[in-house]
Amino acid sequence: MNKHSTYSITAESLTKRFGDFTAVDNISFTVGKGEIFGFLGANGAGKTTAMRMLCGLSSPSSGKATVGGFDVYTQTEKIKQHIGYMSQKFSLYEDLTIKENMRFYGGIYGMSIPAIRSKTEEILKTLELVKEQDRLVRTLPLGWKQKLSFSVAMFHSPQIVFLDEPTGGVDPLTRREFWEMIYQAAYEGTTVFVTTHYMDEAEYCNRVSIMVDGRIAAMDTPASLKRSLHADNMEGVFLQLARDAKRAAD
Amino acid sequence: MKTLRFLLEKEFRQVFRDKAILRMMFMMPVIQLILLPLAANYEVRNVKLAILDQDHSGYSHRFVNKIRASNYFQLNSFPLSYEQGLEEIEKDRADIILQIPPHFEKDLVVTGDAGMFMAVNAINGTRANLGAGYLNSIIQDFNQEIRLKWVQMPKTGGEPRIDITGSNWFNPFMNYKKFMVPGILVILLTMVGAFLTALNIVREKEIGTIEQINVTPIRKQHFILGKLIPFWIMGQIVLTLGLLIARFIYGIVPAGNIGLIYLFSSVYLLAVLGLGLLVSTFAQTQQQAMLIAFFLMMIFILMGGLYTSIDSMPDWARKITLFNPVAYFIDVMRMVVLKGSTLKDILRPLFIMAGFAIFLNSWAILSYRKRN
Repeated sequence: MNKHSTYSITAESLTKRFGDFTAVDNISFTVGKGEIFGFLGANGAGKTTAMRMLCGLSSPSSGKATVGGFDVYTQTEKIKQHIGYMSQKFSLYEDLTIKENMRFYGGIYGMSIPAIRSKTEEILKTLELVKEQDRLVRTLPLGWKQKLSFSVAMFHSPQIVFLDEPTGGVDPLTRREFWEMIYQAAYEGTTVFVTTHYMDEAEYCNRVSIMVDGRIAAMDTPASLKRSLHADNMEGVFLQLARDAKRAAD
Repeated sequence: MKTLRFLLEKEFRQVFRDKAILRMMFMMPVIQLILLPLAANYEVRNVKLAILDQDHSGYSHRFVNKIRASNYFQLNSFPLSYEQGLEEIEKDRADIILQIPPHFEKDLVVTGDAGMFMAVNAINGTRANLGAGYLNSIIQDFNQEIRLKWVQMPKTGGEPRIDITGSNWFNPFMNYKKFMVPGILVILLTMVGAFLTALNIVREKEIGTIEQINVTPIRKQHFILGKLIPFWIMGQIVLTLGLLIARFIYGIVPAGNIGLIYLFSSVYLLAVLGLGLLVSTFAQTQQQAMLIAFFLMMIFILMGGLYTSIDSMPDWARKITLFNPVAYFIDVMRMVVLKGSTLKDILRPLFIMAGFAIFLNSWAILSYRKRN
């Protein structure tokens, strides 16, 4: 543990280059324990790349970062024990049932069989999926799939959970329920690092950072951002900052 | 090790849930082993012969009857001119034109020296060669008969000559299937071992589940073992199925110890699984993996001694076959099944295969990255 021990995540001049292209350009920030930290930006602004570096899926080109007190260059496997990750692309096994997916992920995080069993029951109850537990994941509607993905990412009770556009393509009611689950996780002490481009969701975060062209253009609580940019809502904040973006959205 | 148990459990569940792949995996050996050995046949029969008999003599008739009695030829047409004969070849109604020139009998009787002409359609080289060979030996035989008759038992017992009598070892009836079935079995095992594994892992890349795995603290050795073990087991099942088909459909009982085949296949499967793993670390999509697989498979089959003998390849090609794992297993299979070779005989290829296994798997493990 180092001087940042009160922080879950620290980043200092973190940079990722792919050839000539600088996807993430010198970003610095800290995320406190139990905080819900929103990572906003247009498509292609570098949010996913930044998140992948923090999760140990991608090596940074330069800069420093720690996650849960562990270094992203040398201690990625330690980091992985303490984080949960939900990628943009649905990535549970579609040809396994709900229960089998939970058992598998619980198992590879090294949980014991009784622990897996009780956790599975708990989640099935919370998601009201007890009757559906033997259904193949392929057959579930998208909203259920997303909530299930989140629950699986939280299955081994990680200190920090990374969510990459978790509510993409989901209806407003499910989005609301999804955010209730996020609040519950934060309430229980999990740090939540979430990317989104729904500006109403940004309002739910404790703090947000807005990325434009690989850089952090602004970072603060939603209330202070609105105040300093004289905007009525987060959408106004975002539009003002993103207007000068050079990078074409994909 | 506990992690491995969960990985294996998941892998087997998925294999048994994907009925299409499962069916393919077990139907493929059955169908291929039943069809291929019957169709892929080196024996040339029914060579279509056009006879242009311009002599119409007693000798020419006797000769034609001799050909007819041989069973190798189909006497389809009797053209009236050489041009007509060529037309038969062009229309693919004849493979060979045999021309018996006018005065064949007269020349034979008067000068003791008569000629015949053979025109062979060489588009299909093997067929042309063998057909011409058969015809040649019939002509020689005929020649011998005439000589014996004319010489009329001289005191010396006729012209001195050497007769060659051969006997075929290990496959006394030159049963082509006995030769092909073990080879085809090796190809099947290679498909299951190398390519199903490669496709399986690349599929996880495509649908993104591999990223979900890479973000867990799983050790890469465990992940790789979790992929190798199920396909290793399935490879052995396919082999067993194939050996049963060989036994009950073709009556092929290995002359040697069947345990040796399993010993070799255990190491062989490790090598081809390593190859599959390696392909999967380079390919990003299933299409890419398929293309690499086709490319390698063609080389493996054509340079593996399945259809063409490695011994008759040019020197440079033989050097390439030294790097073809399929060639070793086909060789070992035939040695054990046909010749009854013992452990001592297959020790060298076994060690070489272990080398392949270590090399390919180490390379694959080194190039497999949880992070990019």
